[in-house]
Amino acid sequence: MNRLRLSVATALIALLASCGSDPDPNQYGANPDLPEQQRGLLPSMDVARPTDWGDQRPTVPQGYMVAAIATDLKVPRQALVLPNGDVLIAEGKGGKDAPAMRPKDFVAGYVMEQGSASAKSGDRLTLLRDADGDGTYEGRAVFAENLNAPYGLAFAGNALYVANQDALVRFEYRPGQIRASGPPVTVTQLPAEINHHWTKALAISPDGRRLYVGIGSNSNVGERGMAVEENRAMIWEVDAASGFHRPFATGLRNPTALAIQPGIGQLWAVVNERDELGPNLVPDYLTTVRQGAFYGWPYSYWGSNVDPRVRPHDPRKVAAAVRPDYSLGSHHAPLGLAFSVPAMGARFADGVFIGEHGSWNRSTPVGYRVVFVSFENGRPSGAPVEFVTGFLGADGKARGRPVGVAVDPRGALIVVDDLANTVWRVTPAGRQAAPTPNP
Amino acid sequence: MTDSRPARRVIHPVHAVLLASSLPLFLGALLSDWAYSASYEVQWINFAAWLNAGAMVFAGLALVWAIIDFLRADFARDRRSALSVLVLLATVVLGFITALVHSKDAWATMPEGLILSLLVALLAFASVWLGFSPLRAGGVR
Repeated sequence: MNRLRLSVATALIALLASCGSDPDPNQYGANPDLPEQQRGLLPSMDVARPTDWGDQRPTVPQGYMVAAIATDLKVPRQALVLPNGDVLIAEGKGGKDAPAMRPKDFVAGYVMEQGSASAKSGDRLTLLRDADGDGTYEGRAVFAENLNAPYGLAFAGNALYVANQDALVRFEYRPGQIRASGPPVTVTQLPAEINHHWTKALAISPDGRRLYVGIGSNSNVGERGMAVEENRAMIWEVDAASGFHRPFATGLRNPTALAIQPGIGQLWAVVNERDELGPNLVPDYLTTVRQGAFYGWPYSYWGSNVDPRVRPHDPRKVAAAVRPDYSLGSHHAPLGLAFSVPAMGARFADGVFIGEHGSWNRSTPVGYRVVFVSFENGRPSGAPVEFVTGFLGADGKARGRPVGVAVDPRGALIVVDDLANTVWRVTPAGRQAAPTPNP
Repeated sequence: MTDSRPARRVIHPVHAVLLASSLPLFLGALLSDWAYSASYEVQWINFAAWLNAGAMVFAGLALVWAIIDFLRADFARDRRSALSVLVLLATVVLGFITALVHSKDAWATMPEGLILSLLVALLAFASVWLGFSPLRAGGVR
């Protein structure tokens, strides 16, 4: 009996230890290394504990400066720069209806809470204005309130679209407006049952006629059953006028930010891939979104790498899965995506900025930064370059966590920080952004 | 003719409830694991996780009780009572590992979950058997 106990203890230690190894494979770009799947008895969980910025600031490249343009927001997530330079911030936190199904859900829920702000969900849009163009956003107003965890924002013509966690809504917008003139009109309801991944990302076609809505899955990898994944893990195309919609691309586990490539109108997305297959699986990615394409979730990842956790198998779906364009690394949790403009400076003129919220399913945290992926001939090229860092301090504590990013065409990057409840603005130093043409 | 061995204490009624309650719950977890492995219906693996967790509450308390009992001065410590405590300990340790395996997602629980549930159910049965048999020992065979 003693020998049995000893061997049980040895096995337990071996199993627990097997989740710790953490090599650093090359996981950036079109052909990431995909190591063996691994998952010990305990998932690696390490959420950076929050602390205040104090007098520290995020770190930006030489020749750039950073300033907080709004603080004390209520869980800000995404930003939109309006034509007159005003910045709209969507504030809110959804997904409260996802029930705990297993003992694990209580434990995991507690751990996740440790890494997020205690602020209440704002459920509103805040408008920030810098009337004199000096970089200080002295004006602040609540543009709309009583929304339901607003996240995706898009603007075209005289319409401002907001993707709540349960519906896509539209406000009439006149230039210079600081408060919505009335309650919004519902364009279409969005899938909202359970809402495990509640964020609804949003982009609009250049002509303003079609909207794209990113809808995350209702589970990590189908562990709530596939019935609740109806209309999940996909991007919808919505007709702006009628609200009619159809799946545009599927098998995208959690498409958290969408953007249209200027000039050619191509839709791009950043997607958060699945957890609990090891510290270096599965790579989150940046990809063009091809109409009708299936990107693998939950049956496979990065093309046709089968995920054995899904039963029954679906070999036809696995065979049909397309590979994404560009790996951002596993567990980085990209939540923001914006195309740059030449006014951001020569080094960062052509490419995308990506806000990385940061990892939890990894013993060494990754992400917690804004990166720049440069483009060549309209395609990503080279490894991501760090653009805003310092969110994770040397003490291992998180000062902030980047979410949405937005580019001000006059030469500024807006970074929304949902841990410090702050909006940061990064500008090329020595060159003041042109005064905003406010009415 | 009377037995000259010291009289064993009979199992306390509350200890009996704690010990016996774990068995049907572990058994339910085993059946749920089997149902999941046969049907891929995820609700069964949720049931298995909860039934195992419930069984662990009872088995854990029964183990604490048994250890305290075992250390008491007036307790008859022999091979049989030691075995009883050790088997219960093994049940709890393996039950905990089973709980961790059941925290994995979907089919990642299989087949380890089903095998462990079977072993734990057998150990729980042995624990109950050994835990209750002092009732018969020391008396008339």
